Amino acid sequence: MSTQAHRATLQRRPLVKQLLEGADDNLLVIAGLGSSNWDITAAGDRPLNMPLWGSMGAPVGMGLGLAMAQPTKRVLVITGDGDMLMSLGSLATVATQMPDNLAIVVLDNEKFGETGNQATHTSPRNNGPTDSGAGTDLAMIARGCGIADATTVREAGEIAELVKDVRTRKGPVFRLVKVMVEKLEFVMPPQDGAHLKDRFRQALLGHP
Amino acid sequence: MTAAPTQPAPSIVDWRDQIFEVFQDHDVKQVYHVPDAGHGRLIEACQKSNSIRTLALTTEEEGIPLAAGAWLGGQRSVLLMQSSGVGNTINLMGMPKTLRFPFLTLITMRGDWGEFNSWQYPMGQGTPKVLEAMGVLLYSVDNAAEVKTTVDAAARSAFNGGQAVAVLLRQKLIGIKNFGKK
Repeated sequence: MSTQAHRATLQRRPLVKQLLEGADDNLLVIAGLGSSNWDITAAGDRPLNMPLWGSMGAPVGMGLGLAMAQPTKRVLVITGDGDMLMSLGSLATVATQMPDNLAIVVLDNEKFGETGNQATHTSPRNNGPTDSGAGTDLAMIARGCGIADATTVREAGEIAELVKDVRTRKGPVFRLVKVMVEKLEFVMPPQDGAHLKDRFRQALLGHP
Repeated sequence: MTAAPTQPAPSIVDWRDQIFEVFQDHDVKQVYHVPDAGHGRLIEACQKSNSIRTLALTTEEEGIPLAAGAWLGGQRSVLLMQSSGVGNTINLMGMPKTLRFPFLTLITMRGDWGEFNSWQYPMGQGTPKVLEAMGVLLYSVDNAAEVKTTVDAAARSAFNGGQAVAVLLRQKLIGIKNFGKK
């Protein structure tokens, strides 16, 4: 498979902004460490965002625990390909529960962004000695785990439907979004984990 | 393979049911596990319960973020695992400290008391040390009569005191693994 044929054109930051447009108290958002954290924060920091600063591999499990505890709320997990690769088994665990209120969006730029854009396994094969992966298809893995509604988004024309699916479609919904490699401004939320957790619970439950 | 002689105490059935009672007393809503003979009877009780959601994990590590997510959503949870699974959790075991949320795990010990399988010893012997290194409060019980009070105290330390707590269910309590017999 040639790289050229699938060169990503989507930009993560405006896309995440669209995903979170008009977010109200019914939308609970968890973002993985690094770029996904900065993306949801750039869209507007809010108490019902839980942006992670570490704990790689945790977002999908967190989203599942939260979705089961709050079945009437919409839970949206936004993370990257590197983070998702670290917890592939959690997709199988999601599939055992089939939470209808959970959506998972993986922003796949085929790089480990926080450590210097090294190729992840989702990078194409034969991409040179330092930039090759295995062409790993995370949407196919999600389907293989038992999440039937798992598709890939590549084109700007698909974004409106993506937003609708992520916000309202019966879950579990898994969307792999191929995005460009970009150097973007760090837009940081508060870092204190206990504070982030307490403000989230205060907003959701009325007590920390 | 030589079956190790094991003589489970008559109360072996009781303490597992008592742990389930403690879960109900403390309003535990989510229980995570990797299939485990030591926890088997307890896992089945949880699976049959209407008030508890019971999840099988692909690796013990998943249990920590699940517990974090449950707590974010206002629910209490417990992670059941074997000492050999503890090593799989260590990086994410930092989450309860970083987010400061209550965390309770019950650990059936291997490589601990008359273990026949040498592969179980390194993680079994390392379990208390690595948990302690991650700031997890340790309770240990090897006597069936003390299981209920110990798990109850651990649940109070976790859910009321906001701590990360592990209860080590010692191999002396569980019985030496005896292949071929349940």
